[in-house]
Amino acid sequence: MPRIPDERPLSPQPGIIDELRRRLPTASVLSTPAELAPYECDGLTAFRQRPMVVVLPETVEQVQTVLRLCHAARVPVVARGAGTGLSGGALPLEDGVLLSLARFNRILHIDPDNGTARVQPGVRNLAITEAAAAHGLYYAPDPSSQIACSIGGNVAENSGGVHCLKYGLTVHNILRLTLIGIDGELFEVGAEALDSPGLDLLALMTGSEGMLAVIVEITVKLLPRPERAQGLLAAFDSVERAGAAVARLIASGITPAGLEMMDNPAIRAAEAFVHAGYPEDAAAVLICELDGFNAEVSFEVMRVRELLLDAGATEVRTARDDAERLNFWKGRKAAFPAVGRLSPDYYCMDGTIPRRELATVLKRIEALSEHYGLRVANVFHAGDGNLHPLILYDANVPGELDKAEDFGGDILELCVQVGGTVTGEHGVGVEKLNQMCVQFDSDELTQMHAVKAAFDPHGLLNPGKAVPTLHRCAEFGAMHVHHGELKFPELPRF
Amino acid sequence: MTDISEHDAEQALIEQVLAAADAGTPLCIRGGGSKDFYGNPARASRTLDCATHRGVVAYEPSELAITVRAGTPLADVEALLQANGQQFPFEPPHFGPAATIGGMVAAGLSGPRRPYAASVRDAVLGVRLLNGRGQALGFGGRVMKNVAGYDLSRLMAGSLGVLGVLLEVSLKVSPAPVGRMTLVQEQSLSGALALMRRWARRSLPVTATAWSGGRLSVRICGSEDALAESHRLIGGLPLPDADRFWQDLREQRLDFFAGEAPLWRLSLPPATPLECLDAVCAGDDPGADQLVEWGGAQRWLRGDLPADGLRAAATAAGGHATLFRAGADQAAPAAIPVGGVFTPLQPVVLRLHRNLKQAFDPAGLFNPGRLYPEF
Repeated sequence: MPRIPDERPLSPQPGIIDELRRRLPTASVLSTPAELAPYECDGLTAFRQRPMVVVLPETVEQVQTVLRLCHAARVPVVARGAGTGLSGGALPLEDGVLLSLARFNRILHIDPDNGTARVQPGVRNLAITEAAAAHGLYYAPDPSSQIACSIGGNVAENSGGVHCLKYGLTVHNILRLTLIGIDGELFEVGAEALDSPGLDLLALMTGSEGMLAVIVEITVKLLPRPERAQGLLAAFDSVERAGAAVARLIASGITPAGLEMMDNPAIRAAEAFVHAGYPEDAAAVLICELDGFNAEVSFEVMRVRELLLDAGATEVRTARDDAERLNFWKGRKAAFPAVGRLSPDYYCMDGTIPRRELATVLKRIEALSEHYGLRVANVFHAGDGNLHPLILYDANVPGELDKAEDFGGDILELCVQVGGTVTGEHGVGVEKLNQMCVQFDSDELTQMHAVKAAFDPHGLLNPGKAVPTLHRCAEFGAMHVHHGELKFPELPRF
Repeated sequence: MTDISEHDAEQALIEQVLAAADAGTPLCIRGGGSKDFYGNPARASRTLDCATHRGVVAYEPSELAITVRAGTPLADVEALLQANGQQFPFEPPHFGPAATIGGMVAAGLSGPRRPYAASVRDAVLGVRLLNGRGQALGFGGRVMKNVAGYDLSRLMAGSLGVLGVLLEVSLKVSPAPVGRMTLVQEQSLSGALALMRRWARRSLPVTATAWSGGRLSVRICGSEDALAESHRLIGGLPLPDADRFWQDLREQRLDFFAGEAPLWRLSLPPATPLECLDAVCAGDDPGADQLVEWGGAQRWLRGDLPADGLRAAATAAGGHATLFRAGADQAAPAAIPVGGVFTPLQPVVLRLHRNLKQAFDPAGLFNPGRLYPEF
């Protein structure tokens, strides 16, 4: 099992459990091993740690109480939504309080005239869209876990989804947050309007992985349901050609609602699982969705079809109806569990690269796959360059998890090397701390720590996540050299 | 292809920042000076001239992103994008021929397309900046999706230079629309607000709206069929030379903006009723001194209006009010309301602003007082 990355000295203060019990309803404080077990990990199950105590407050005042107590006693706090995160951002601390926002599950107000919804952080992403449907509106960001993931977690991670190519990430689709600082003070950032005075703290809070403040209310933007959505599926006999088609499509001036790529291993896994009718002999498929005003979609569908054929697609299917469009998506949406059937375990990566580097990066991943002796399937938000290679391994084979992690680390460093980033939408959490040392230098990391201290001077909110200590980076650098071969000698190190 | 001159002044800027830090001299960061009028006056006598740090660092149209040095003229970059069939989705106002990319990001102002596409801040992908210690730091990146570390790059948009000196900015660009058309109809302000809300509830290809002096203008973009169909739904008569109208609106060259009266900007939830200002703007014709854009979300007011009353009304509606141009006596302290031109911050939020200022610029070198008098 990987080591817990938090480097703080432990300072267990079990006395706080009694204090919490005195201040909160009995059912809001969990501390027996059986009660704690469900909270020991999030969607990144390789990392597990039971918290000292779990609290499930129901009101803003109760959250303030918890934070004030923790602040006074210097006890660290990890906020948690639905626990579907893939980078260990909600991994508890042995001596810490796990603050679950699960009971903040109400949609407070839908304002169809202003196109907004005011919601509590524990509301499920999809529940917002379901509640807005009566007004012909929806919430655009759609992470694949949207039936389960919470909107508070989406904000903390700046989640994306298959439609963020056209509609943006969480940061582009929220207007206002109500937060509580570690000292228990309530404050608001953003506004019900399109902008707010002062620094853009709304942007800073989004994706800050629960390290700056705890979110207790969110105003999201709602968009009108597109009049029409149209799906296309194109097959290619090489990933290079598929990659080139993506670049041409994007350059053509059309912005699809979604543009996804799957490579052959992913196609075959998905096809075996859900029988979506994908061409199993294709080296890659592209799934393209166009949506919006009916007349515009008609025009775009014709252009995209021509363009894909011209770019060398061996086959282009245009969905005849919504059922067929959803069928195109079925395989893509089931890709992760489909790959899960091929292997006892898989490890999902999340780098983003400039689109032009796609073919190069996929070739290097193939070479790494041979080097490590582990299979890999690629699913890819092609339109915005966000790769999700799935590394197949078996945790029961000694050493395979370590190999998978090293392989994953190499992929992320490769992403940085070609001008990309180590995480497009899953967050750093505990998972990509080492790769942060590759993407940022010590001055940059120091600046990030200073920003953290501006909100949380004692480092009590989710400590040890998202931004590595310089000490850790020095050790990580040393480890790489120790192996005898510096992987990317052209990269600056310290 | 547009030629954009190249000059890397990063080292020189670092040296000037370090010298200012040594001497304890605050700096007024300046690109082209086109937005000198905006914000509060900075308490700095020395100017850090960033306009010499210019040039395109990376631009590949199929990546839909461009990286440029902060002193690059905005007009040059827009010409380069146009030559490649692209544009900034937020249609930034220039407010003068010397406007730079750095000033565009630091001011954080967006034009007519903003509610229908993106804001400057939305389009920021990454920055390189100098902090108050003279360290050159990169945050964000050049790719569309990036959640590595805190989003310190979007934080720079609209920061008016109080956190650092922008060196380089990576921005998302978008394809320029194939076809466009502007439709005009006679409408009262309340009628216009209702129509703009109705259009916002449908997936129409609307990319700009504006109401002024009894005329509602709406721009639609798309294919020929989409234009014809949305014209049928929206109504109104096509406006000739419409690009010029939207440019004049963006640059505040329309008649509404002429003269010396103070100009207020109200940023409101778009459906905010006209009556929200009844207590402030007495008069029979509520639209007389207003220009409304962004589907109702941005409203401009002219006149010597009471700052407190406007702010209270805007805040009650869920938005805020900014004294955008203080009028003729801009230099006179009396022209600027107590607390500055922007709506004052909640005490907790003000404290966080000060802490952030301290985190980036501990000696208080950069544009002190420009955003808020307190830091």
